[in-house]
Amino acid sequence: MAYSDKVLDHYENPRNVGSLDKNDPHVGTGMVGAPACGDVMKLMIKVNDAGIIEDAKFKTYGCGSAIASSSLVTEWLKGKTVDEAYAIKNSAIAEELALPPVKIHCSVLAEDAIKAAVADIKAKQLAAKEAV
Amino acid sequence: MDRKPIYLDYSATTPVDPRVAALMIPYLTEHFGNPASRSHPFGWEAEKAVENAREEVARLVGADPREIVWTSGATESNNLAIKGAAHFYAASKGKHIITIATEHKAVIDVVRELERQGFEATFLEPEPNGLVDLAKFKAAIRPDTVLASVMLVNNEIGVIQDIEAIGNICRENGVIFHVDAAQATGKVKIDLETLPVDLMSFSAHKTYGPKGVGALYVRRKPRIRIEAQMHGGGHERGMRSGTLATHQIVGMGEAFRIAREEMELENARIRKLRDRLLVGLQTIEETYVNGDLAHRVPHNLNISFNYVEGESLIMAVKDIAVSSGSACTSASLEPSYVLRALGRSDELAHSSIRFSLGRFTTEADVDYTIELMKSKIGKLRELSPLWEMFKDGIDISKVQWAAH
Repeated sequence: MAYSDKVLDHYENPRNVGSLDKNDPHVGTGMVGAPACGDVMKLMIKVNDAGIIEDAKFKTYGCGSAIASSSLVTEWLKGKTVDEAYAIKNSAIAEELALPPVKIHCSVLAEDAIKAAVADIKAKQLAAKEAV
Repeated sequence: MDRKPIYLDYSATTPVDPRVAALMIPYLTEHFGNPASRSHPFGWEAEKAVENAREEVARLVGADPREIVWTSGATESNNLAIKGAAHFYAASKGKHIITIATEHKAVIDVVRELERQGFEATFLEPEPNGLVDLAKFKAAIRPDTVLASVMLVNNEIGVIQDIEAIGNICRENGVIFHVDAAQATGKVKIDLETLPVDLMSFSAHKTYGPKGVGALYVRRKPRIRIEAQMHGGGHERGMRSGTLATHQIVGMGEAFRIAREEMELENARIRKLRDRLLVGLQTIEETYVNGDLAHRVPHNLNISFNYVEGESLIMAVKDIAVSSGSACTSASLEPSYVLRALGRSDELAHSSIRFSLGRFTTEADVDYTIELMKSKIGKLRELSPLWEMFKDGIDISKVQWAAH
């Protein structure tokens, strides 16, 4: 299968690999996919009090396109508000990486990972508010 | 690309041995006659070459040359053997067929086609080591079982089935026995004089011969009858019509001659290299060999690297040409059906690599491969959330995953 140069670049030099402290109240975690399907993405975002994503890290078990999709979104997320992050569409990821039709599901998974991470941070913030 | 990757995919195909290629070429240009032409020396010369090759193929497998039918390859041989015998004997014996879930698609899909034509089939699951349990095989036989088909050497995991024992069970029960031996020639000794096998498929290109030619062994004593699948000029005693491809056949004959003369030495050398590869790769944590190691051809190593996904692994190891257990390049994203049939988890099936070594593999190739695998798997595991969970002591099989 021929990969686009952008996929190869992210695959060879993945950006922002790693984890953040999942117990930090400012960190939201999204884990999506399933090993049986061949893809699992874990995305962690660190959100400051102004609602801006300061840092993003990922780990991905999956094909080159899945790794590239998650690497790319960590770049895009930094500096965005959580609401802007929530609005990122898989089609934008697929377009940027020139994913072929059989790899579109990788971009869908990356979008799902963002939504799961945002939902997690919102749940944490809500819980913190209620605790006050 | 600066240079070609190291070829470790000999089970997919082999290069034509230069000695084979050299012998074939004159049969394209000079000795181009049709072996069926009886009226002039061009035909006689071609016929002589074809019969000489037939003898070489027969000698490698302990058969009589008159038991060898030329085909276009093992897929055609499997079709001819299974459909041909099933159709011929359906009326007298019945319409039930037994095969193994880990057979090549060229057997499984032929049996599926016969199911559509009204036959019934049992796809027997092998044991977790890939081998057929004889008692289970025996239990699968019914009064109306007409034919059984079991491969000698599995293409993915390289395990060798006990064809002699399975054949004896077939004999006792009057079941015609077909064996796909495409992956076996030059790797395991085959003596059809003693083996209770009725039909056996061969391929040239897995044994350093050319693509596009194969053969089917059809036993004469006791005589096995098959219905032709290709009709025409009545070549090959009516079993397979079509002008014989003299140059291809000459190539297969020479490839099988070399296999007969050199297999013992070659297998010892390749086994050493394979074992070196195995020892090297087993220094990597969480690796699992797929299929029985003792009953296995020396050329094959199929190994799963846990917590690493197959396609990204293939991408990471582009400096070696190997094949992956997951068909991720297709839209289906299916793990290997062979590994699934052994009861391997989807994750392990996805992260498997088949290394198949051959005539031109060197020790330097093996050492390079070991180092490459170590570094790339380390890198991919750094990226893998599953590896992180494993290192944190989380049992991944207990996690509730959302399938997508």
